[in-house]
Amino acid sequence: MGTDTMTEARPTTMSLEEPGGDLWALNFGPQHPATHTTLRLVLELDGERVVACTPHIGYLHSGFEKLGEHLTYNQYVVVTDRMNYISPMANNIAWHHACEVLFNIELTPRCKVLRTILAELARIQDHLLCVGCTALDLGGFTAFLYGFADREDIYDLCEDICGARFTTSYTRVGGLMNDMPDGWPEKVKAFCRKLPKTLDDIVALLNRNRIFIERTKGIGYINHDDAINWGLTGPLARASGVRRDLRKDEPYLCYADNWDGSGSSGVDFKVPISHGGDVLARYLVRLEEMHQSLAIIAQLIDNIPAGPVNVLADDKQTLPDKREVYTSIEGLIHHFEQVMTNRGHTPPIGEAYGANETASGELGFYLVSDGGIMPYRVHCRAPSFINYQCFPKLVEGHQLSDVVAILGSLNIIAGELDR
Amino acid sequence: MDQNIAQIVAGLRTAFPDVAFSPQPLIDRSEDDAGAEQVFVRVPPDKIVEVMRFLHDDARCDFQQLASLTCVDYLDFPKARDRYAVVYTLVSPRLNHRMWVKCFVNDPDPAVPSVTGIWNAAEWTEREVFDLFGIRFSDHPDLRRIMTWDGFKAHPLRKDYPLRGHGEREDFTVVTDDSR
Amino acid sequence: MGLTTSETSPHTMGNGDTLSTRLDHLVGLLRKHGPNWARKNSLWPMPFATACCGIELMAMGASRYDVARFGAEVMRFTPRQCDLMICAGRVAIKMLPVLQRIYMQMCEPKWVISMGACASTGGVFDTYSVVQGIDQFMPVDVYVPGCPPRPETLIEGVMAIQRIVDAEGVKPSAERGGLGLTVDPVVQLNTVGRRS
Repeated sequence: MGTDTMTEARPTTMSLEEPGGDLWALNFGPQHPATHTTLRLVLELDGERVVACTPHIGYLHSGFEKLGEHLTYNQYVVVTDRMNYISPMANNIAWHHACEVLFNIELTPRCKVLRTILAELARIQDHLLCVGCTALDLGGFTAFLYGFADREDIYDLCEDICGARFTTSYTRVGGLMNDMPDGWPEKVKAFCRKLPKTLDDIVALLNRNRIFIERTKGIGYINHDDAINWGLTGPLARASGVRRDLRKDEPYLCYADNWDGSGSSGVDFKVPISHGGDVLARYLVRLEEMHQSLAIIAQLIDNIPAGPVNVLADDKQTLPDKREVYTSIEGLIHHFEQVMTNRGHTPPIGEAYGANETASGELGFYLVSDGGIMPYRVHCRAPSFINYQCFPKLVEGHQLSDVVAILGSLNIIAGELDR
Repeated sequence: MDQNIAQIVAGLRTAFPDVAFSPQPLIDRSEDDAGAEQVFVRVPPDKIVEVMRFLHDDARCDFQQLASLTCVDYLDFPKARDRYAVVYTLVSPRLNHRMWVKCFVNDPDPAVPSVTGIWNAAEWTEREVFDLFGIRFSDHPDLRRIMTWDGFKAHPLRKDYPLRGHGEREDFTVVTDDSR
Repeated sequence: MGLTTSETSPHTMGNGDTLSTRLDHLVGLLRKHGPNWARKNSLWPMPFATACCGIELMAMGASRYDVARFGAEVMRFTPRQCDLMICAGRVAIKMLPVLQRIYMQMCEPKWVISMGACASTGGVFDTYSVVQGIDQFMPVDVYVPGCPPRPETLIEGVMAIQRIVDAEGVKPSAERGGLGLTVDPVVQLNTVGRRS
């Protein structure tokens, strides 16, 4: 449904009449600089106009969901790093959010604040690359380099807090791997002071750049109803005017009211909505979301509550503090009990779905537990996979060179797409 | 159970009196109701399109979005009666509620009618379930394998399929030097 | 390096040392070492980036790490212009024929870096659909460890390729061993032609 309405509403001058007999097929990918890793498109072209497009995926299918049935709830976080590798921290948080829905664990305030800050940093990290790559695919290399310089700073922050710049694996069931190091908030604040300048630079480079505007405005249009029907979430849906953000609609962590148990209201932020529905609108929504993320971090970074980061350490449900493991016999026994395959903390039998609003949309995990220490089934509701489905509809009727612009604006990450 | 969901279930029962929806929380927690807001209903395969159409169109349900469609193989699951469950996660962006629908099917030839006519989002998710579980979706416009490669025979997410495969990763057609 | 380390230095030459013999000597040195010296300092990588490692590969080329310092910043996405393939990320079985095809399309001389645990061994993805090490199916010169490797590590890998180019130069393609692609994958490492 909806395809016809979409064609009508597309604000381009190209007509979609029946093409002549001179169609030719173009294989695009799976190894192509603009496909952002391993996507493959088979385009049917009439001159330079795309008549039909068939995406082929699965070139990075690595059995994530099968692997989830053979790893414990804490071990699987390592695999989630490699899912959306643009913002690994957001995957960690989403995975353990789903686990905590299953285990029915309420996190400590300190853990919630740290996770919220990290989730927002991950969002910035993702959007910086996406915005940079959209520009890069359209020939603007500088915005990409500016964005990447600031991504490196976020990598440094991740490295400070968990020891790895890229594959963070920072969360654990009911808490975090360890507490943040001393002086970390100052570094985050320094980053937050620096980022707006970069964003201003990107705005100066792109927002009034005639080439960029001409190549993004009215390209890849999708309207409100179709966006919902195709399952779009995140910035893509919001660029089509869908008022939905899980941080507001199904609040979790510090986005929810009364997150610290003493009646504090959730963090204050706005959800940018655009009605443009095209590549430019998605770019602008992402740009504004980065500013909102900075605002969220600014609210939290000075008020990180004291207290433990892990819950229920005494009930032996979560991993003990590493220092305790190394220095006391009780801690060591506790740790072994948690990591041994026949012990460990087990969830109840049943199923649960937990979803987070990550940079590319609703990242949810559907967990089935048979009461063992490993999930019985893990399903990942990957935003890239669902968002990519509408791609043929978006490119039909456009020029070949618009394909890369639309692809860049969808922010498809193959690791998450193929899982 | 959440008020909205209770109303939806009541509406479903009026519209389809002969279907036993038996609404149930996804996870049974005896002590509290924290997880009880995640509710699923059972729908038999032959009714799935009608019920889904109702859930999509009815103003109180208004499930405009199919957030995810997946499958679970209950082969080794304790006390499971049916083997496969196709699980639909429905979302209403306007009314902001969520519900799950499960459709149980069994060997041989597990088949479910496709809901691509209602939600476009089902197109690839159904293909994925077909590929990885071998559930056939009748009336699907383009039911092909999506994740695995041409010539792959098995359905890897079934529980009787080993993690490392039946040797597929060593045994496939290799591009030879002559094809240069 | 190549220009200065020669067996006979100009200073040790005998009385017949004239300008022309010096020039001859210099030309000889250039002819011997020049091509490798030029090659190693202008490697053109073919970024075969499939997954997470690809992002670190981008980081290596981007602002902070800047692989241009080692002359390898000219990423070319067509294999015909490249002489160094960097296979970054896990290779699914569906992707492997593409990888092989691209390798075959690259012109000699060519070198391959297997970047990261997944490309080298399959890494954490010991599953039904991931190739457990691309060296089963094509020659690899340098393995870069890490999951994913830091950009510094990858730069060290590029420098290792530079050392290989410098020390070994280019061998005739017959000596490089075939692709070994026709062999049964089970017999892998013994028969697959890796450069000795």
